[in-house]
Amino acid sequence: MPAIKLVKVTRTYGRIKVIDQASLEIADGEYVCILGPTGAGKTTLLRLIAGLVTATSGHIELDGREITNVRPEDRNASYVPQQYALFSHMTIRDNVAFGPLARGCTPQQSLETADEMLKLVRLAHRASAFPHELSGGMQQRVALARGLAGRSPLLLLDEPLGAIDARLRVILRYELRKLAKGLGVTVIHVTHDQQEAMSIADRIAVLRDGAIQQFGRPSEIYEAPGSPFLANFVGGANFLEGVVVREARGATMIDIAEGFSITSSHDGHGMGDFVVTSFRQEGTLILTNASLEENVIPGTLVSTSFLGSYLRCVVNLGRVGEVVAKVPVREALERRLPDRTGELVYVRADRGRIMIFDRPERPLAVELEAF
Amino acid sequence: MREESETGWAPRGSSVSFGRRALLLLDSISGSRSAMIVAYAIGVLFFLVIVFVPPVFGILLGGSKIFEMLSHPDLLSRGGSAIAASFAIAVTVSLVDLAAGLPMAWFIVRSRSGWVSTIDTLANIPFIVPTVALGYSVLAFWGGSQGIGSLLGSQFVLSPGWQMIVLLHFAFSYPVIVRVMVGALQGYKEVYETAARTLGASTFTAVRTVSLPLLKPSLVAGFLLAFARSLSETGATVMVAGVFENGPVFIRNARVAGQESPLLFVSLVLIVASSLFFIAIRIFAPKMRLPISTVWPRLEKRLSSTSAMTSRNLLVFLVFVLFVIVPSLFVVLPGAGAAVDGTLQEAVSARGIWSNYWQSIGLSYLIALVATCLNVVAGLPMSVLIARKRGGRAISGVLDTLINIPIVVPSIALGVSIGIFWGGVTGVSEFWLLVFAHASITYTYFVRSMIAAVESIPVEVEDVARTLGAKPLMIFRRLTIPLSKYALVAGAIMAFTRSVDETGATLAVAKKLSTAPVLMVDWVKGTVPATPHAIGLGLGILVLTSFASLLVLTIATRRT
Repeated sequence: MPAIKLVKVTRTYGRIKVIDQASLEIADGEYVCILGPTGAGKTTLLRLIAGLVTATSGHIELDGREITNVRPEDRNASYVPQQYALFSHMTIRDNVAFGPLARGCTPQQSLETADEMLKLVRLAHRASAFPHELSGGMQQRVALARGLAGRSPLLLLDEPLGAIDARLRVILRYELRKLAKGLGVTVIHVTHDQQEAMSIADRIAVLRDGAIQQFGRPSEIYEAPGSPFLANFVGGANFLEGVVVREARGATMIDIAEGFSITSSHDGHGMGDFVVTSFRQEGTLILTNASLEENVIPGTLVSTSFLGSYLRCVVNLGRVGEVVAKVPVREALERRLPDRTGELVYVRADRGRIMIFDRPERPLAVELEAF
Repeated sequence: MREESETGWAPRGSSVSFGRRALLLLDSISGSRSAMIVAYAIGVLFFLVIVFVPPVFGILLGGSKIFEMLSHPDLLSRGGSAIAASFAIAVTVSLVDLAAGLPMAWFIVRSRSGWVSTIDTLANIPFIVPTVALGYSVLAFWGGSQGIGSLLGSQFVLSPGWQMIVLLHFAFSYPVIVRVMVGALQGYKEVYETAARTLGASTFTAVRTVSLPLLKPSLVAGFLLAFARSLSETGATVMVAGVFENGPVFIRNARVAGQESPLLFVSLVLIVASSLFFIAIRIFAPKMRLPISTVWPRLEKRLSSTSAMTSRNLLVFLVFVLFVIVPSLFVVLPGAGAAVDGTLQEAVSARGIWSNYWQSIGLSYLIALVATCLNVVAGLPMSVLIARKRGGRAISGVLDTLINIPIVVPSIALGVSIGIFWGGVTGVSEFWLLVFAHASITYTYFVRSMIAAVESIPVEVEDVARTLGAKPLMIFRRLTIPLSKYALVAGAIMAFTRSVDETGATLAVAKKLSTAPVLMVDWVKGTVPATPHAIGLGLGILVLTSFASLLVLTIATRRT
């Protein structure tokens, strides 16, 4: 039985649709990330599930129980907002004990639960401190402990790692998942960071303009994104517009500019269709010599930047456009790739890795925008 | 897991105390929609029935009597010029105060001088001194041979009249402006000004074209508060007015003379005019732009020089000392005299006029206490209703504007209106009439303070608590109240001191009872024969008690 189910949930403010027919089914104990650019409606979606915002239409179920109009205090879904909203006038322990107390436990029981939870997040030694005395990372753990102490089966996290510096954020994301899995709670975690979502989620729901674009396992979204936007937002990719000029089983040929064409092993588009082809930056190869292989396009090297494990090369393909290739550093060294800008290079992508999308209604640049 | 949590967390009846069980019951009742509606309804009803409707609309019950005055051209012209004088004085004083108080606030916030905290404290003195004491002090300083006469010569001695009203109003409005602007400047990020200066603007240009426009809402708020204080003040103004009349003095004189029609008519005009003026400022001030399109680089650069700034600071301090501090503290002199000539013993043994004095002090404090308690109880739901826009954006917006009206309307006119309204209701004794009048006048101070505090609590705090299962009452008592308790104490004490200080409405409402400040007006005006030393001592005691309550306020608010 799904732990939580949203059926065509819509929320409007005046004429603006903040959430547009969102449907989701999340299983008990699942860790789900809601990923989307700023202003996509992520927080609103989370607050709808928490009951802090009411749906204009559609309905929400928790364990098969309709909760669309149930008040937040009766839902049993703990919300952890972005800035944690720790109760500044209470000690850490009282903060954590608040939930059990609110649900009718005696003060004694509540404090015992609080201590247990603080032990779990390794903050038992700071129980009598006040929130402002703790670092950002510690505050985040207190907020988590407080959310978990009421033993609610559903944890709603709004950018839980957003206020934490970059290095610690990477460590904490795995801890977060481990903790949730250990306790068996269902988590809905809102983030705008695709790496964060990819690395910890069982499934990701990508949200844009209030609508869920795709809901699936991270590898599914990466391997088979449903739109150019998704391909760009999750993982990053190169995009070239063109027209289908030949269509055979396992080989669709797309004309991308006079004299240049690309062949993809993906089917499903007919002759004359206007399409967008796309290939991952890490699947883009750079060659120093022209070869007779397919999908090779000449260009000039615009820039290379060293990013630790790989080189990021930008190549200008003239009228075709510009592409980015991420080349592993070792490979670049072994193959003695050029690193001077202005040099002639060739770009290639395997036909199996070239995705084809219908051309979007709006201009490609607008479609790809993620802010 | 959920099964277990539901049984595991049920409160165990036996181990739960009765008090806790009662609280839990109340908490769960508060979860129902109707309980919330009742709480907010009490707040709104109190506001409408006690605070808003009687003072503003009660006057209309005066009926045809109000307009009898129209057939007396002489009274009409006297009343007309009194009202005009009220507005002229209030506008002038507020603008001059703004000009003098703004640089002072700037100095207090920005200067690194060791004198800052001393000057900050001194600037509060007119707050600490009750207005009637301030009135007598100003009268003694500007009008007596011991004051300005002994400093600059007898040709500078003023006789009571409009000049003295201006000087008085300037002194008591000054700290209002300084307080508001200090608060605004502390919250203002200097980085805007720094940015302007790195783009080549002189300090003066940066302040004029960047800081002041950004601080405009506070400038308007400060102006309105000073304006309302000046328009409303009665007791002290009566002391220094002589034969001159502004609105409140006219009403008071009409009351003393028993002329009912002029009393009602001028009150009505003042209520309508001040409310309209306030609403007009609220609507038009946000649209008004300060002139920032032209810059005079050379002139403004010269005005930014160190010597220009030093002379400006000196001028500001001179004005502060001569027009605010010395006149405010001058009451100390006759007060000190009372300690040596036997007046003090007479006062302590409550002989002669002093028996009434102590009674009136007791009455003042009792009224203030009851009025403040009513305001706290009924003002809390109202504050949450407005701050959290619980009644919807429109209703909260309207209430937010309406709660300001009682401090904008001159209190004596407000008192006249309250008197008429409750006069028609049997069973409301004079004591309760006074309580209602004081509750109405001090309501805004408490509710404003609470609204600001509730607004400063992040909404997420309440959201989290709700998702953790807390009912509204539990959120209110465990989060809202503790997180705003300093504002609550500060607001209550502000309401309390304002009530003790109140003269206008009390003069209008009271028939037999007399509060301390009203009694003081009688002593100064000679209605009750009292020596200057007795007046000094009587006012001195008021100053001391007021000082004590403000001390509590300072200590309470400092810990936030």
